[in-house]
Amino acid sequence: MRTGVYVCHCGTNIAGTIDVHALIGYAGSLPGVALAREYKYMCSDPGQELIRQDICDYKLDRVVVAACSPHLHEKTFRQAVEQAGLNPFYCHMVNLREHDSWVHADKPAATEKAMDLVRAAVRRVKWHVPLERRQVPVHAEVLVVGGGIAGIDAALTLANAGKHVYLVEREPTIGGHMAQFDKTFPTLDCAACILTPKMTAVKAHRNITLWTYSEVRQVEGYVGNYSVTVRRKPRYVIEKLCVGCLECIQACVYKQAKVPDPFNLGLSKRKPVYIPFPQAVPQVVAIDPETCIEFKSGKCKKTCVEVCAERNAIDFKQQAEIQTIQVGAIILATGFDVFDGARIPYYGYGLYPNVYTALEIERLVNASGPTGGEVVLRDGRKPASVGIVHCVGSRDLHTNRYCSRVCCMYSLKLAHLIKEKTGADVYNFYIDIRAPGKAFEEFYNRVAEEGVVFVRGKAADVYPAGNGDGRLIVQAEDTLLGMIRKIPVDMVVLATGLEPRADANDVRRLFNIGCSGDGFFLERHPKLAPVNTFADGIFLAGCCQGPKDIPDTVAQSGAAAAQALALIDAGVVELEPNTAHVLEDACSGCKTCLPLCPYSAISFVEEKKARINEVLCKGCGTCVAACPSGSIRQNLFEDEEIFEEIDGLLASAAVGGGPVRIQGDL
Amino acid sequence: MTSATYGYYPGCSMRGSGIAYEESLVTLFRLLGLTLQELRDWNCCGATSYMCIDENLAFLLSARNLALAQQTGFRELVTPCSACYLCLRKVQDYVQRYPQVAERVRDSLAVASLPPLDAVKVRHPLEILFTDVEPERIRSKAVRHWHGGQVACYYGCQLVRPYGEADRLHNPTRMDELLQAVGVPTVKFALKTKCCGGSLTGTIHPVGLRLNYILLKEAARKGAKAIATVCPLCQYNLDAYQAEIRRETGEALDLPILFFTQILGWALGGDVRSLGLHRAISGRRVIDEWFPQHPEEVESYV
Amino acid sequence: MKALRAFWFRPEMRRKMKFQREADPEWAQQVAQRPGCEGLFSCLQCGTCSGTCPLSIYMDFAPRRIIGLVREGFREDALGCQTIWLCASCYACAVHCPRQIRITDVMYSLKREALQYKLYPRRFPIPVLAQEFYGIVSDRGRSSEFWLVLRMALHSNPLQLLTLIGTGWRLFRTGRLSLHKEQIEHVKELQAELAGRRGT
Ligand SMILES: Cc1cc2nc3c(=O)[nH]c(=O)nc-3n(C[C@H](O)[C@H](O)[C@H](O)COP(=O)(O)OP(=O)(O)OC[C@H]3O[C@@H](n4cnc5c(N)ncnc54)[C@H](O)[C@@H]3O)c2cc1C
Ligand code: SF4
Ligand code: SF4
Repeated sequence: MRTGVYVCHCGTNIAGTIDVHALIGYAGSLPGVALAREYKYMCSDPGQELIRQDICDYKLDRVVVAACSPHLHEKTFRQAVEQAGLNPFYCHMVNLREHDSWVHADKPAATEKAMDLVRAAVRRVKWHVPLERRQVPVHAEVLVVGGGIAGIDAALTLANAGKHVYLVEREPTIGGHMAQFDKTFPTLDCAACILTPKMTAVKAHRNITLWTYSEVRQVEGYVGNYSVTVRRKPRYVIEKLCVGCLECIQACVYKQAKVPDPFNLGLSKRKPVYIPFPQAVPQVVAIDPETCIEFKSGKCKKTCVEVCAERNAIDFKQQAEIQTIQVGAIILATGFDVFDGARIPYYGYGLYPNVYTALEIERLVNASGPTGGEVVLRDGRKPASVGIVHCVGSRDLHTNRYCSRVCCMYSLKLAHLIKEKTGADVYNFYIDIRAPGKAFEEFYNRVAEEGVVFVRGKAADVYPAGNGDGRLIVQAEDTLLGMIRKIPVDMVVLATGLEPRADANDVRRLFNIGCSGDGFFLERHPKLAPVNTFADGIFLAGCCQGPKDIPDTVAQSGAAAAQALALIDAGVVELEPNTAHVLEDACSGCKTCLPLCPYSAISFVEEKKARINEVLCKGCGTCVAACPSGSIRQNLFEDEEIFEEIDGLLASAAVGGGPVRIQGDL
Repeated sequence: MTSATYGYYPGCSMRGSGIAYEESLVTLFRLLGLTLQELRDWNCCGATSYMCIDENLAFLLSARNLALAQQTGFRELVTPCSACYLCLRKVQDYVQRYPQVAERVRDSLAVASLPPLDAVKVRHPLEILFTDVEPERIRSKAVRHWHGGQVACYYGCQLVRPYGEADRLHNPTRMDELLQAVGVPTVKFALKTKCCGGSLTGTIHPVGLRLNYILLKEAARKGAKAIATVCPLCQYNLDAYQAEIRRETGEALDLPILFFTQILGWALGGDVRSLGLHRAISGRRVIDEWFPQHPEEVESYV
Repeated sequence: MKALRAFWFRPEMRRKMKFQREADPEWAQQVAQRPGCEGLFSCLQCGTCSGTCPLSIYMDFAPRRIIGLVREGFREDALGCQTIWLCASCYACAVHCPRQIRITDVMYSLKREALQYKLYPRRFPIPVLAQEFYGIVSDRGRSSEFWLVLRMALHSNPLQLLTLIGTGWRLFRTGRLSLHKEQIEHVKELQAELAGRRGT
């Protein structure tokens, strides 16, 4: 055995805590080690060249690289080894940085630990066998989940590149939150004017299959070859036949709208047959079985059906439809939920009628909203003064610790719009104004110059004025003046933050991806793989990954689309060979492993043996550990490799002179 | 449940200005078939003042009471005073949170041959009446209709903050629910957890007065004809200075400040003296009207 | 130095400037390590504490500024102010603070230090009350309102007694003023417990 050991300094990341020189001295003395070297940055070109050259010059047959996490550079070093003509799986990495130097401060102890880790790797790697990567073809279709601006933009980008896209949206229309806004910061362009052309383009695109009012039920398979089951909920209207004339809504036996309209956050009412908003895509109505008389009693005159006459689009018997599709890549764009203002009792949301959330005000300022764009109180009066309370449900350990990133800016936007429409005095109660984007600071200046008042202090309390004039007092410390201020206002607007979707955890499990501590979907790397997930072939776009504004959302959806394109355009994917396989002679056919595999990769074949589909196997090792007869083995995790590694690790913890011996079945 | 016995820690106020609280509490519990057994040789909880001088000693004062309770075999200790409630629970919290506090408390208790602290549950009557007895049972035991007016329920600060679990932190409602159960209408009172100033009425008098003035004024504005309290200090502050507040502000505020136990006890058939209703200073006229000396005579008119 | 105190003839004027040498960052660190005072350095200076505090309108530095002063290590200002004494320990700030800083406990900690080093404002009745209370309870195990108020008034502002007569009479009339000096049975035991570790 001729093993080469390479220790990386990683600048001072590793060398600052570990005595690298002593480490290579030690490594060089280990049996089977032909040479040990250190280098400032092993991952650099000269670093890799060093390994390649040594393999040729010294006829190395195994390589151990002690550096950072294999997550980052395993590929790099395996490739370098391969280029020198060695099987790439003869290379093994030791994570000196994350597992040692970054988590310890005591240099001698850290160095000793590094020696243990390197010794373990040297002993393990000699058992490595040559392995082959397997190539499988990729489906050229892409699934996009969520039809907000993120999903719309990603779908269009892919479709324009000639790929077929399935866009699955839960609501009866696409558009997401952006469809609810009137204007968008910082340019104040009209949200509908920039969004609706994209929505119609989605509908018209021949490469896009749009399924609204639908949900993903099941996801199987692996990168390049996902099989996805989608449930299309019944809207009781046949999409193909409905022309969007809306006559049925007119004709409904309910002369007055009765049900709170969720699109307008309950600020207006709708009928049991409805379309969410005038520019909805698709232009197809839906019937709400909860409130429709026909569903409740079966005794409705069904005037809607009468007026739909020869088109005959209404179908009370419509059933849910299940569709299964094969896609190569998936983009998740499920967006965010707005924080529930009632969770902070002292702001009085739900208690005082004139406390609103920002999204409600978005609807009020919207020309197609419940008041036709008038900013009025619930009793119809125009507010003469308005307080906007920042950071509601953000930057607070009681609710969400993180900053929601867009609330400062949309508060500025709403301050401007309210002032413009009502002439009211507007007070912003803020902790910090966060306006770091392009043209944001300029917008802040503009709003301040328009006479909007900024009180630096988090609102501490909202309560009715003592003189009974119906106003609300917003109380806060003006931290710049060092005074407590009590400002009477007619309307309070809560700048509620952005939260992960209530069902984010279910969706995460469905797609087998992770969530970060704040509950948003976790990206593979915060800087270098911001739209990838730990599941290959599944990408993130928009607010499902974290709060962000529309420009950032669109930038991200473009990136996700490009990643998906790169994947499917390659035509094939390489699968890692760290899969499990059954030693058929030893398998007793007990079926223990079958239900355990999270990826359903194990089947029971005629010869009464278990068999693992290597393409489906993700190498989690569950079956290997569970097999009672020890007849499942896993590449790169063979028993000899693991036991040697453990022995090597514990060799220095020798008890009574001899090394600790770990017995066969651990 | 009916014959439950609770360990009882009165606190110093019950032996002075808050005597009516103790009277009404004992009466109410008796009417409900519950017994309060006073902790033998209890000492002061230390209140806010002791905490200003020496934190360790303040903890030791409370710890002694808890240790005595344990020695007596009480699993639960009821204390009607919000300050006592907070102090007792705070030492428990600190002992759990900080090993250094736990150690000091353990050592000092040992010096006095007292057992180390274990889990004695510190409870407030509000919580007992709401969760152990339940409003429904109190309603079923009520023997008198309410002839009085609307009441503002004032919870004060220390009962609900941060170590307690007597009610919800920001918007407590249990006193309202209990009073409503016996037919007492309560008003929405936004200031229900705003501080009464505690000992400030005795130290920085004008500041203390102003805090109480705001509370009284807001309650009156909401249509309350009386305020119900859960804490002897709140009751004292709101009750004792109304004449002075009238003089200073020229406003005709004269609200009876009742203990919630007085109102509940009345509904369950207690009489004026056993509930300590004769000890109120302000709002005498209203009290005499709502709680007549001979209720039977009035009752027969309805 | 003395000559530079340009406003010596105007004691009510305060210099609004800080030299960095007046700051004691070590002290700040030390405060932040006391039980109950954790998290001081995560304060956002958002002012929620001052905004919810029922007494901040009378304070020389509202709670937020106390946190700021401590954090910067301006010990004399933090210990010498009236704010910490006006704090009624209502915990409103502590339960609202978005960083969950237990401001009330910080106030307590500062009060104790101010008393220990005699930095509290002279003739301010609240520290006097606290000390009298401490004395009575340490001696007898319980406090008695009448004697407490009497001793406090005598030590801070005897004239105050005159104004207390009315209230006292009303309490007396309703049987709520006890002249009895409350005392527990086992004062010795209590004192042993307290003394067990006194002075540590
Ligand atoms: C009050 C307010 C004002 C704002 N104003 C501005 C502004 O002026 N300018 C600006 O740049 N940004 C603004 N923003 C931010 C902006 O809303 C977001 O950047 C943007 O909406 C993010 O788009 P998205 O597609 O990621 O998410 P969303 O808009 O939330 O869209 C997600 C879509 O996915 C669907 N969905 C969710 N779960 C599923 C599922 N499981 N299956 C299928 N479909 C699903 C939803 O129905 C929705 O249609 C504002 C935010 C708020 C709260
Ligand atoms: S509320 Fe908390 S974070 Fe805000 S200023 Fe006060 S101590 Fe700091
Ligand atoms: S605890 Fe003290 S500082 Fe905090 S709000 Fe109450 S009085 Fe103010």
